[in-house]
Amino acid sequence: MLIPTRLARLRKIRRPRSSSVSWGRWTEFLIESLIRILGLSTIGFVLLIFLFLLKEGVPVFLRVTPANLFGARWYPTFDLFGTMPLLLGSVLVTVTAIAIALPLGVATAVFVREVAPGWAREILKPMIEVLAGIPSVVLGFFGMTLVAPLIRTTLGAPTGLTAFTGALILAYMSLPTIISVAEDALDAVPKSYRDAGLAMGATQWQTIWRVVVPAARSGIITAVMLGMGRAIGETMAVMMVTGNAARLPLSLDAIFRPVRTMTATIAAEMGEVAQGSTHYHALFGIGIILFLVTFVINLVAAPAIFAKRRRGGLR
Amino acid sequence: MNRFLEQRVGFAMLSLAALAVVAPILLVIGAIVVRGIGAINWEFLTAVPRSGMKAGGIFPAIVGTLVLILGTSLAAIPIGVGGAIYLSEYARDTWLTRAIRLAIVNLAGIPSVVYGLFGLGLFVLFLQFGTSIVAGSLTLAIMTLPVIISTAEEALRAVPTEFRTVSASLGGTRWQGIRRVVLPQALPGIITGVILGLLRAAGETAPILFTVAAFFLPRLPQSAFDQTMALPYHLYVISTQVPGMPPQIQYGTALVLLALVLSLNVIATMIRSSFRRRRQW
Amino acid sequence: MPEQQNPKINIQDVTYEYDDGKPILRHVTLDVTAHAITVFFGPAGSGKTTLLRLINRLNDLVEGSRMSGKILLDGRDIYAPGSNVPELRRRVGMVFALPLPLPGTIRENVTYGPQLAGVRDRVRLEEVVERSLTQAALWDEVKDRLDTPATSLSGGQQQRLCIARSLALKPDVLLLDEPTSGLDPISTAKVEETLFQLREHYTIIVIPHSVQQAGRVADYTAFFLMGELIEYGTGTALFTSPRDRRTEDYVTGRFG
Repeated sequence: MLIPTRLARLRKIRRPRSSSVSWGRWTEFLIESLIRILGLSTIGFVLLIFLFLLKEGVPVFLRVTPANLFGARWYPTFDLFGTMPLLLGSVLVTVTAIAIALPLGVATAVFVREVAPGWAREILKPMIEVLAGIPSVVLGFFGMTLVAPLIRTTLGAPTGLTAFTGALILAYMSLPTIISVAEDALDAVPKSYRDAGLAMGATQWQTIWRVVVPAARSGIITAVMLGMGRAIGETMAVMMVTGNAARLPLSLDAIFRPVRTMTATIAAEMGEVAQGSTHYHALFGIGIILFLVTFVINLVAAPAIFAKRRRGGLR
Repeated sequence: MNRFLEQRVGFAMLSLAALAVVAPILLVIGAIVVRGIGAINWEFLTAVPRSGMKAGGIFPAIVGTLVLILGTSLAAIPIGVGGAIYLSEYARDTWLTRAIRLAIVNLAGIPSVVYGLFGLGLFVLFLQFGTSIVAGSLTLAIMTLPVIISTAEEALRAVPTEFRTVSASLGGTRWQGIRRVVLPQALPGIITGVILGLLRAAGETAPILFTVAAFFLPRLPQSAFDQTMALPYHLYVISTQVPGMPPQIQYGTALVLLALVLSLNVIATMIRSSFRRRRQW
Repeated sequence: MPEQQNPKINIQDVTYEYDDGKPILRHVTLDVTAHAITVFFGPAGSGKTTLLRLINRLNDLVEGSRMSGKILLDGRDIYAPGSNVPELRRRVGMVFALPLPLPGTIRENVTYGPQLAGVRDRVRLEEVVERSLTQAALWDEVKDRLDTPATSLSGGQQQRLCIARSLALKPDVLLLDEPTSGLDPISTAKVEETLFQLREHYTIIVIPHSVQQAGRVADYTAFFLMGELIEYGTGTALFTSPRDRRTEDYVTGRFG
């Protein structure tokens, strides 16, 4: 082989090192260092967040038995810290929300990207951005005052503050994420696929569902994951409309009963606990669970997000 | 079924889905505007709450939110823009850069209430800032970083590489090229990103619950280490914690918050689109 | 190899390749004469542009590449550790294939380099603007609209502005990479005319965009093929009596 000997002779081109130390070079060096530190700071923040969650949350795992911690009853006043109802509450609300948002979101993305006339697109895209910008507490307020009563009368139930109400609001909150990521995925499908479908005599409709959407499948899965991450972490709206009853949502009609999520538990109770109490640490423990769940979701979705960046960035 | 009929029905259903997405948005905004507009008057915007928040205005909450936006931007803009410059102009494709990108994606995914816990643990308790504007602003700032960094990085990357090469060929150092050519060209995009980030911070409740928000504080904050009322938390309080609240005040508060956030949104969109029209490359 | 009374740049056994092993330049050695126009020509991918960019270290910005050999400017190794790269680039100006005005006005384009070098004095900057634009044969056309955007100029004017921008730094050497590739014949003639005038004061290396142009402007000519320097000679001797078969094939249009 010739290459290794040649490589040995070759000198790597290095960036200039300051030997004659002038003022300009020093500022340049200082600015570069500062910018590098700022760039690295994001890693520091993630670590810091995890560290402080651990610091305040780990004690609960030492003080409370696993049987209690993963039990079915969350009554902190009686030292019962069963997180199961909260965990299942979050799961129920999130899964229902995605079940509503996925078809709606994908259909809207397909509509915007493949079907909609220009004027409809011009209206839809800013509207979806507006939806993304509406504060969660405003949606929660709207859900409380207008959606919940509607659901109560429709169901004839004692309360309209149910898991379903929460899921409905959450579905709309995760729609902007799902639509924009799904739209990017559709965008990435080469035009030649569409042409090929149409050339074989398929209608545009058939081409969309048999060629384009399957080709964008992985992107749509990413969309769902990110939407789920958004939904499971949502706090205020959920707390305001789900009724916050910490009971295991296992009955058939659980979806139409009040439920309590992990996020709502933290938000509602942290203000009232004594710092350093078991209850206090337990709320941080729930924070650890939330952190890990969203961390894993984003870890799995990350490669797809990076792929999108290579194609031209987030939009 | 005739496949062209199938297509027509299918497209109709897609439009219905889009309508089902858009209609509730209009409904939310419409309902809040219609029911809240009656509450809006000079007193409501400039007076302190009275009679257990059932009368008077929401001035301290408005000021509090504006102060939090200011505090957040003081911390988030330098870190966010600096981070974006690092990623776009200095970082090579190494494992460290990938770790930074992963960190940003994860920061974007962390639930807002977890930010609240973190802010409580680090800023309020460990650093002993107390329940204060400083603690709340820093918490919000870290939360907004992902938005600012990714939008600003995109804006920086959109500036053609050639400008950097030309600057270097004229004896410019890397930083001189960034400061004199790249940053000015990317500025509108960066501003858009900053506004989008701050807009998110302005509307958030969970991160400020335990770090800064005051339940009822009928005066303006006295210092950066003071608590403050804030619009989102105030809306939460008067819609869930105070029995017998006049609906008009609730809707009025929601309207003010919505108007603040949406106007920021519109400004960001306008800057972005005018920038796209104006640029020459 | 032509006689060199006054070598401005010595290129000594330069090899350049990417980390993936793709060689761009192989063992290139040549001396560039001061106050003359040296032409680097050859087919696309012959390494001529890379060599040009190595002379003012613009390829430092390219990741994943390595170089061996030496390039001396006035006898000093420009790749010596600790050498001042911005300073080098001020002495060795570069004009690119496409006119690339920086965003901003005509005046701002010309003063960009001097300002980075620390010139603040308004009067001096005014002088620089007039001198450089005059040298680049653009002054008369733009003197009344120095504060209009540079992009409002025609392509040929933009390219001469780019030359003026480099001249504003009073470089010793001017590198031009196909400076007329995007221009019409009249603008091309103007740029070439400018080069002849600049020859008195500067050492110029040009990559021409055609063999004809090489013939028109060359004092010295170097022919590159696949990363190697095939032939180097005085004036247009290469075109009229090439010594190497490959040079002959190229200039007579048998390939490339």
